[in-house]
Amino acid sequence: MGEFWGVLANNTDLFRTGFGNTVKLFAMASVGSMVLGTVLAMMRVSPVPVLRWAGTAYVTVLRNTPLTAVLFFLVFAYPLLQILRLSFFEAAAVGLMVYTAAFVCEVVRSGINTVDVGQAEASRALGLTFIQTLGSIVLPQAIRSVVPPLTSVQIALLKNTTIAAGFSVAEAGAIRDYLSERGENVLYGLIWVAIGFLILVIPLTLLQRNLERRWRVAR
Amino acid sequence: MSAVLFDVPGPRSIARYRMAGVLGGLVVFGVLGYVAYRFYDTGQFDGRVWNWLQYEQVQRDLLDAVKNTLRAFAFGAILALAFGAVFAAGRLSEHAWLRTPAMLVVEFFRAVPLLILIFVFYYGLPSAGLKMTPFMALVLGLMLYNGSVLAEVFRAGILALARGQSEAAYALGMRKTQVMTQVLLPQALRAMLPAIISQLVVLLKDTALGFLITYAELLRYAQIIGSQFQFGRPLVPVFLVVSAIYITLCLLLTWLATYLEARNRRVRRVRGLPTAPTELAPEQPPMVMPRGGAPV
Repeated sequence: MGEFWGVLANNTDLFRTGFGNTVKLFAMASVGSMVLGTVLAMMRVSPVPVLRWAGTAYVTVLRNTPLTAVLFFLVFAYPLLQILRLSFFEAAAVGLMVYTAAFVCEVVRSGINTVDVGQAEASRALGLTFIQTLGSIVLPQAIRSVVPPLTSVQIALLKNTTIAAGFSVAEAGAIRDYLSERGENVLYGLIWVAIGFLILVIPLTLLQRNLERRWRVAR
Repeated sequence: MSAVLFDVPGPRSIARYRMAGVLGGLVVFGVLGYVAYRFYDTGQFDGRVWNWLQYEQVQRDLLDAVKNTLRAFAFGAILALAFGAVFAAGRLSEHAWLRTPAMLVVEFFRAVPLLILIFVFYYGLPSAGLKMTPFMALVLGLMLYNGSVLAEVFRAGILALARGQSEAAYALGMRKTQVMTQVLLPQALRAMLPAIISQLVVLLKDTALGFLITYAELLRYAQIIGSQFQFGRPLVPVFLVVSAIYITLCLLLTWLATYLEARNRRVRRVRGLPTAPTELAPEQPPMVMPRGGAPV
């Protein structure tokens, strides 16, 4: 048991920087994916066919490609195209962002679609403008059905950040590498990493279930 | 056609949409054109970097890599379905001593990142004296994570059925196992099929994690071929081919789900006809989303 605690106690620096980078990566990719995903969802519900097709193509490709392959592209193949140099960390953040954005897009789009057409038609019949319809009729209803699944997508993103460890990013998934270099017990180290993720994920899961229960809309 | 956000367009709106279409089209094609130009400019369309596809040995190895990916998928899927069934049954049990451990196991494996699980099996267990091949570590990880998600899917499917189904079955004198296997499961499975298959798509994509523990799957092979100098380091072409294979495999599975869903709907409508009054159709088609971090 002493050795188990020792792995954490002797390597707090490692765990701190590892999980620090994980949270940083998560925060960047999370904000980015929500912005990009919302833009994509706007494209997919817009009355302009070209934008709809572009959004659909993006979502189909990104949702059916493994995240590992997306990061593989950004880290190994993308530099050969000589567009813009990205560090490993930036490449991982961009990869997580573009991958997660496809899922955010689908959540937002289906949230907008859960609002009955009659709601918007009624508000337009009452003479409300587009902005008023969107702001006070459609969005308040859509958000209730978007936020719980969006939280699940963000939880998945948090867990997916570990994959960046395979592409030279020093985050929580990479703690194992450094531990084995220091000759520590890797199994204990990995169990501590798992516990770290439980601490990060469980509050989010509880929040998501709470929102799901309280915001369930009877339609 | 009227949508939630947009009314039926009048002449001015149609003109505006056309303008937006032209501008949006220009932006989209501009981006695509720039990317294509970068591909062209850095020589990614040269025959030299596509040559590798013509070698018979390479084709055979590529096929083997696909087979390895599918092998991990098949083992992972079967084990995950079995794991999911067992733990869903555990979570639905009437006995708290079964229910609580099943819940803890399912919640634990859903909260821990799959890669960390795989690392525990591949790098962690050897220090406890248990050596694992990359294949075993990958399949075990896939089983535990996706099995836990599937357990929740199964459970949600059974809970979504109308209560009257099990009540009627008990009233007919059926036993607990009979109620589950003959009344609840057939209906729940049919309603859950799309969710189950979309989780299997996730499992298929997750086999790519084998890349990180040196399992000889598709992405690993892409790296091997892509770093060969004799083929001109064709990382970009190899990636295009490999991702096309992944997308095709996933879309095939998704289409299977859509097909089954459509067939499912047809069956229900036919059985709902008044000529079959004994049919125990649920009043509403249950719509249940898998909860938790499932969709990615």
